[in-house]
Amino acid sequence: MGCCSGADQEKYDELKRFIDALPTKQGELIRVLHRAQGIFGYLPREVQVFVARELEVPVSKVYGVVSFYSYFTMKPKGKYEISVCMGTACYVRGAENVLEELRKKLAIEPGETTPDGKFSLRSLRCVGACGLAPVMMVGDKVYGRVTPDMVDSILAECE
Amino acid sequence: MEKIKTVEELKAICLARQEEEKKESVSILVCGGTGCQSSDSQKIVENLQAELAERGLEDMVEVVRTGCFGFCEKGPIVKILPDNTFYTQVKPEDAQEIVESHIMNNEKVQRLLYQDPKTGEHISDSKHMDFYKKQQRVALRNCGYIDPENIKDYIGQEGYQALAKCITRMTPEEVIEEVKKSGLRGRGGAGFPTGLKWQFARGYQAEQKYVVCNADEGDPGAFMDRSILEGDPHSIVEAMAICGYAIGASEGRVYIRAEYPLAIKRLEKAIESARECGLLGEHILGTDFCFDIQISFGAGAFVCGEETALIHSMEGNRGEPTTKPPFPAESGYWGKPTNVNNVETFANVPVIFLKGADWFSSIGTEKSKGTKVFALAGKINNVGLIEVPMGTTLREVIFDIGGGIKSGKEFKAAQTGGPSGGCLTEKDLDTPIDFDSLVAKGSMMGSGGLIVMDEDDCMPSVARFYLEFTEEESCGKCTPCRVGTKRLSELLKDITQGKGTMEHIAELKRLSQVIKDTALCGLGQTAPNPVLSTLAAFEDEYIAHVNGRCPAGKCTALLKFYIDPEKCKGCTLCARNCPVNAIEGTVRNPHSILQDKCIKCGTCMDKCKFGAIVKK
Repeated sequence: MGCCSGADQEKYDELKRFIDALPTKQGELIRVLHRAQGIFGYLPREVQVFVARELEVPVSKVYGVVSFYSYFTMKPKGKYEISVCMGTACYVRGAENVLEELRKKLAIEPGETTPDGKFSLRSLRCVGACGLAPVMMVGDKVYGRVTPDMVDSILAECE
Repeated sequence: MEKIKTVEELKAICLARQEEEKKESVSILVCGGTGCQSSDSQKIVENLQAELAERGLEDMVEVVRTGCFGFCEKGPIVKILPDNTFYTQVKPEDAQEIVESHIMNNEKVQRLLYQDPKTGEHISDSKHMDFYKKQQRVALRNCGYIDPENIKDYIGQEGYQALAKCITRMTPEEVIEEVKKSGLRGRGGAGFPTGLKWQFARGYQAEQKYVVCNADEGDPGAFMDRSILEGDPHSIVEAMAICGYAIGASEGRVYIRAEYPLAIKRLEKAIESARECGLLGEHILGTDFCFDIQISFGAGAFVCGEETALIHSMEGNRGEPTTKPPFPAESGYWGKPTNVNNVETFANVPVIFLKGADWFSSIGTEKSKGTKVFALAGKINNVGLIEVPMGTTLREVIFDIGGGIKSGKEFKAAQTGGPSGGCLTEKDLDTPIDFDSLVAKGSMMGSGGLIVMDEDDCMPSVARFYLEFTEEESCGKCTPCRVGTKRLSELLKDITQGKGTMEHIAELKRLSQVIKDTALCGLGQTAPNPVLSTLAAFEDEYIAHVNGRCPAGKCTALLKFYIDPEKCKGCTLCARNCPVNAIEGTVRNPHSILQDKCIKCGTCMDKCKFGAIVKK
């Protein structure tokens, strides 16, 4: 793992404690990855190798699972994670235009992070607030009935 | 709460809770569903409590944060009992007025009451609102009524008495017989008879069996299961235990999307309190029956709604489906007999035992019994969560309950069944909605997403939207789905970008049929449905695209930008910003766009301060 500044080591220790406390290691890969992403924010190669060793499964299996599920990410997220709901309800009420505006304003594509690490952008499937469609989120905060011209002021709140 | 050891104790708690509720003269119910919480409903609860405390009323008036009321369009909702006053679009700062005016002086806050859009009248009781008149709440019976985080509230609604009845007075065979008699069919989409599924799982001998609740609601635009889990989690816990008793399983698993933090929290709380009360665990209610539930988290893969894929995912693997047989009833989770039902299916189970299979089967149509929950969304006035008897027509759902199309536009289509379903049109409006009639119309019930579209929606674009979804969500295991959905999506992209030919349309039809016939699992087999059903009803729209026109005016590549000479002031801003110099004109004279140079980037439209640029 040629890594490990002090802060990283603490994170690995926390993950190891979680794994050691599991009653069984069999079938717990996804649960462990959820926890790992919660601790590290994303799942870089080193973390995947660590998980594979601790659970005694091949790294290829860990990578296979990480790359299969959209919830897991191998890239670090920005300080503010911006999500645009692309569920059908939001789509028919114009979510595409909101996403397009964010794309222009942040000059990144969905799945990317701005070079200064401040914003990352993603589209997701239905947050379930269809009554407020179209919906975008900054972190956990939900903004409803968003129009492209609201994007500027929402981004300005992220200071 | 202490452990409940007998059925008598359970009934005593139920009666005590009902008495308590009678004594509490007033309660204020605040919607705590995801939609209303996004609009600060938590703050409303806090403000109400503070206002009440300031006036020394906190012991007389109870503030309850409930699950979803369903009328998400008008959220956040606050309801006051016993007079059933229904306040809509409440803001945290309205708390003071509600307490001072309604609670202290018994005067309703007129401006927060629902206003009937047709008559302009203020309606105070939700029973008289068009949105609720035709609904019948069975699966959602407790949502928006009880505090989902308080097990006593659920017990007060005869909660866990269905389980008590099953494990003390019925044999497992009788339980299965009752579910079969009720006619309950799986609410996850395919509509397989639930009782029969339980019987299969009972039929296999094994030392361990599993009950699995599928809460991996992945259909974009559907939030039924989430609302049930948020609003009435104990009904799922109780139903899973009943199923465990019926099939002979002592372990249950809920497979839930990690994207549903509130539902997870409430379900965890429900499982924990059921354990504390002895309604889960060893020797439930003093019988020999033992049952407990664990939660597994999904990680965002639509295919995991398919039961074999779901089971692989619960085992910590990639969620890829496998061929059936063997069905999970024979070999499922860790190779053991497993029964998988969806959340809404389970939510119907306790009430079947409380009110009887005959009562349940008296609702609905001949082959589809009971009710169905729909997430009504899209271009409709009343977005929300509704529950109607099977056999209700689409017209009643869209125009009576849903209040018609937004902004007075024309109804074009309703999409049911999400990426696996199809479109229903004008001519299907009077079809009674049930499992079989929707399949006959080329769509399917699906899990219950119902998206309404109006004249501005372009059908080939809608088909492209769904195909992009399935292309992304295809697990890649079988070629027809992995490659086929990609090719379909490319063909649709060509058509919506004005590069389509008549061969594209013929190829869409041919390829769709091949995928339907050869894909491994339900996801692939149903993936072409959005293409086939829009083609069946709107082939003229596809042909119009091939001829260079998008009738709905949605596909930018097929539109042309024009300058309205009446509105143009000749400020030259558009011409200076056009990246390809496609705009000509002189200062203070109307400009025009050179169509053969224009790349349709829309910059001129964004820049124009006079709204002089139109696309059509």
